[in-house]
Amino acid sequence: SSHEHKLNFRKSKEACLSYIQDALLQKQWKRAAEFLTCYVESLEKDYSREHIGPSEMIWRVGTEILWHHPQSSMKEFNCFMEQMKTLGVKRYLKVCLEHVFHLLCNGQIDEAYQNLSLAESWRFGEQTAIQDKEMKLIEAYRGLLDYYSWSKQKNILLENSEDGFSDLAVEQEMHGYFRKAAVNLKEIIKIPGVWDVFVKCYVDLLEFYGDHNEARQVLNEYAYNSKFPANPNAHVYLYQFLKRQGESKKSLISALKILHDIVPSHELMIDFNTMLQKSKKRKKRRLGLEVIFAALDYAGWKENAKAWSCLARQVKQIVISEKHLDWIKQEWNSRKDWWPAFHFSRYLAKRNWQENKSLSYEKALVAGILLGKGCKYFKYVSRQGCKAQLKRFRMLKRFVNRHNPVYLRISG
Amino acid sequence: RDFNERCAQCSEVNWGLTDGGRFYCRSCHNVTERTREVVNTDFITNSRVQTISKGLGKQEKNDGGCEWYICEGFQLVLKKQAEALEALGVCPQMKDEILCNFWRCYLQKSKQAYCKRPAGETVKALSVCESSTDVDSDPERPSLLHLLSLSESEGDLQTDCSFASSVSKVSESTSVYSGSVDGSLYLMKNQKEKLRMTMPMTLSFCYMALLWLREPITLSELLRFVVEGHIPYLNVFQHFPEKMKLCGLDLRIFCVESWPVYEEVFNKMHELAAFLDLPRFPDITDSCFLHPDMLCMKYLMEANLPDELHNWTCRVVKKIGIGEVDFLTLMPGNKSTRKVKYDVLAAAVIVVVLKLLFLLDDHYEWLLSEFAEERNKSNTEGGPYFEFKKWYEMVKQSLDVKQKKLDEERAKSLWRCEKPLFYSVKNKSKVLKRRQMVVNLQNQFGKLSGSVRCAEKPNPSSFQLSWSEENTDGSCFHGHSLKGVLQEKCGLLTAMNPDYWLCTVKLCNEKLCGHLAHYREVEFPQSYHFILGLFSFLLRIQPSYIHDEVCMIEHKLFNKKLYKKLKYNTVLRK
Repeated sequence: SSHEHKLNFRKSKEACLSYIQDALLQKQWKRAAEFLTCYVESLEKDYSREHIGPSEMIWRVGTEILWHHPQSSMKEFNCFMEQMKTLGVKRYLKVCLEHVFHLLCNGQIDEAYQNLSLAESWRFGEQTAIQDKEMKLIEAYRGLLDYYSWSKQKNILLENSEDGFSDLAVEQEMHGYFRKAAVNLKEIIKIPGVWDVFVKCYVDLLEFYGDHNEARQVLNEYAYNSKFPANPNAHVYLYQFLKRQGESKKSLISALKILHDIVPSHELMIDFNTMLQKSKKRKKRRLGLEVIFAALDYAGWKENAKAWSCLARQVKQIVISEKHLDWIKQEWNSRKDWWPAFHFSRYLAKRNWQENKSLSYEKALVAGILLGKGCKYFKYVSRQGCKAQLKRFRMLKRFVNRHNPVYLRISG
Repeated sequence: RDFNERCAQCSEVNWGLTDGGRFYCRSCHNVTERTREVVNTDFITNSRVQTISKGLGKQEKNDGGCEWYICEGFQLVLKKQAEALEALGVCPQMKDEILCNFWRCYLQKSKQAYCKRPAGETVKALSVCESSTDVDSDPERPSLLHLLSLSESEGDLQTDCSFASSVSKVSESTSVYSGSVDGSLYLMKNQKEKLRMTMPMTLSFCYMALLWLREPITLSELLRFVVEGHIPYLNVFQHFPEKMKLCGLDLRIFCVESWPVYEEVFNKMHELAAFLDLPRFPDITDSCFLHPDMLCMKYLMEANLPDELHNWTCRVVKKIGIGEVDFLTLMPGNKSTRKVKYDVLAAAVIVVVLKLLFLLDDHYEWLLSEFAEERNKSNTEGGPYFEFKKWYEMVKQSLDVKQKKLDEERAKSLWRCEKPLFYSVKNKSKVLKRRQMVVNLQNQFGKLSGSVRCAEKPNPSSFQLSWSEENTDGSCFHGHSLKGVLQEKCGLLTAMNPDYWLCTVKLCNEKLCGHLAHYREVEFPQSYHFILGLFSFLLRIQPSYIHDEVCMIEHKLFNKKLYKKLKYNTVLRK
């Protein structure tokens, strides 16, 4: 008969581990520590066939416990990390890196820097080549800390120059940090990946030293190189850079186009729409309408008065010109079934009126045009507005009444 | 004694016997190769083997160790276990006479000592090449390397890569393979012929001795005491004297990484009894603790069931003849009689009785319980009637708590001990470093554990669940009456329940598939599962074992009816 129920070392440690995991999920740090104390002896057994061995488990679990346990200290944490570094050579750099992250979270920048430097100098036969990726990350983070130091020096310099002092030593130091940072940051962003913080810092450095071409190239690569994972931030950074450089509306618009495709609800859509509305090209204006409607599809924008004012402005302009009503019709077609309940309910009318009169004004305008003067939102808000004797609401009422036939054409 | 030669070293005639059965000179402590020949094979009740401290009379090796044999190690283990049992209350006769004699008999029968020179084996160092002329060159004998790659169910002692690779480079010195002289030899012996000694087998020895003396400890209790740490087993080698160095293959023999399983110890015991050619064991009569009537009483109490049920268990026992002396007493070597698991048997009897009275089909027992509840509410005179529902809730609650605690303890159990274990000298520093790290981590996280981990073992107790009649909260059901489920017919008390369902209509062939029935593959009523679960917890065995016994009892009980109606019914009318 088989003895699969036999209680042995391995089963007992598996059970122990699941107790630890339960305790961690419930944030019972003391209990987790209790069971971990019993688990650690699995280090004395060979688990080379397992996917995740006990040494890795102990590292990860122990880190969590020591980080959160009320009686634990940074000293104990560091001591533990040093032990973990000796446990598995294949994991050495990873452990170093995570240790550095914790130090940074705790505000210990200098210790973090020391650890990074130490790790950078580590060599271990063929492991060095195998752990190449981790090494690049370590160098990158050291570069980041160098940037941080550079930034501090820069601020000191600027303060001093305001006061009329010029400090050569500080300047030299600053340049030194720049060189160190630039080298490492440049390396890491060559590798496909998501490197927002490194890119930003690197571009900052380049801009300061006037190397705008390099900066532009870096940002273009980051945004448009298909090897890199799709990253909305890449486009944001590029846009912001181009704006700083005073580039033409055309290039700004082209930078934001992809962002609209990836993240139609992005906050920059307001800027985008504003630029597009003003464009002389019909296609761009058309796109502008599409952009603003798309943004307002998202719940996060419901109470954004600026967005509504963009939409209101554009809709009003179209209605007055009596040209391109079909644009509104097209946009409204896919939305007429759900936007009324989503944006223009009576409940929302009351609430918007109470909380934000400007918001309700803009929305009422849009509602009046899209749903006609009979729509509850418009009726409520305009009545309230007129009661409160606010001029613009009276004008709003007149405007919508005058253009009511538009609604009929749109909804038809 | 009868050995009159002069000592080669000091020319004195002053001999004693080592544990290994070899003669040594008491004057100069020279050990010879001569072993004491045994004239008869009966029990040697009067001879006393003198033990000597391992340091003397043995060749001292460079590292302060001495030569020792595997069976000496086991002898020490048995000694420790016997002492522990004595501390638990077992009579000293067990250690001083019975166990001792069983062991000596074993050594003799397996030709490890007390006989003419062990067949074909020398204790010279095992050389690397497999075709050593010293060892029986049996082409089927597994090579050392092969042994290393065999994975027994326990641990990964052999996966230490540095060990495996170092074998090929090793020289004649045995200290690389094993601290003992015959460690490697021991593992290579053909198991079937000579019943090679293992750690679980030490418990078989203990149990055999306990059974011989009819001590009031069942096998399940013995094993529970082992797990609870009252009987040395897990790291017992740490009590070996300093000079007995343990390393290499010794670890495979003495280090256990799993708790012994009831069946394994039980079966080995019977093999052993037959191997030793033991006569019929002392009779198990109805005044013995191991008799089903006695054990049923104990388990009924522990399960918080009414004392009145004892009448019924006795009736069943009597009806199917399992209380007979000849049935219960062990007759080694007799293949026709079924080997009796006293504890499992008693538990199974209780299960059958519960089925007889309550049916346990997930309906009837609750119905009966409702009636009893009604009666108890309206009539508070006389004792309360037993209510299955109340009993279930009470016991389940306690059981759940205990089970949870047991599960946690199992997860927290520590397997390693202070004494470091290594396969070879090469391995030593790595092992010591690891050990140091483990100790550091234990200290670090131990401090963060909050409650102090109590190093005290719980006191050994025979009862795991106890219910006191003095409690006024009504938690004790011993005194409750079964009147609610019984009726009088022709002056005789019978169960109200007219039905019975068999666990299985046909018993399997134990020899073919290892079981009489298959618990897991069929769906049984929840109440049945619960009852099995309760006894499974108390006896610390799988419910399927109890289920097997239940099937066996049922088939004995309903023997006649079964053969008549085999084809048609699975539910019988009594």
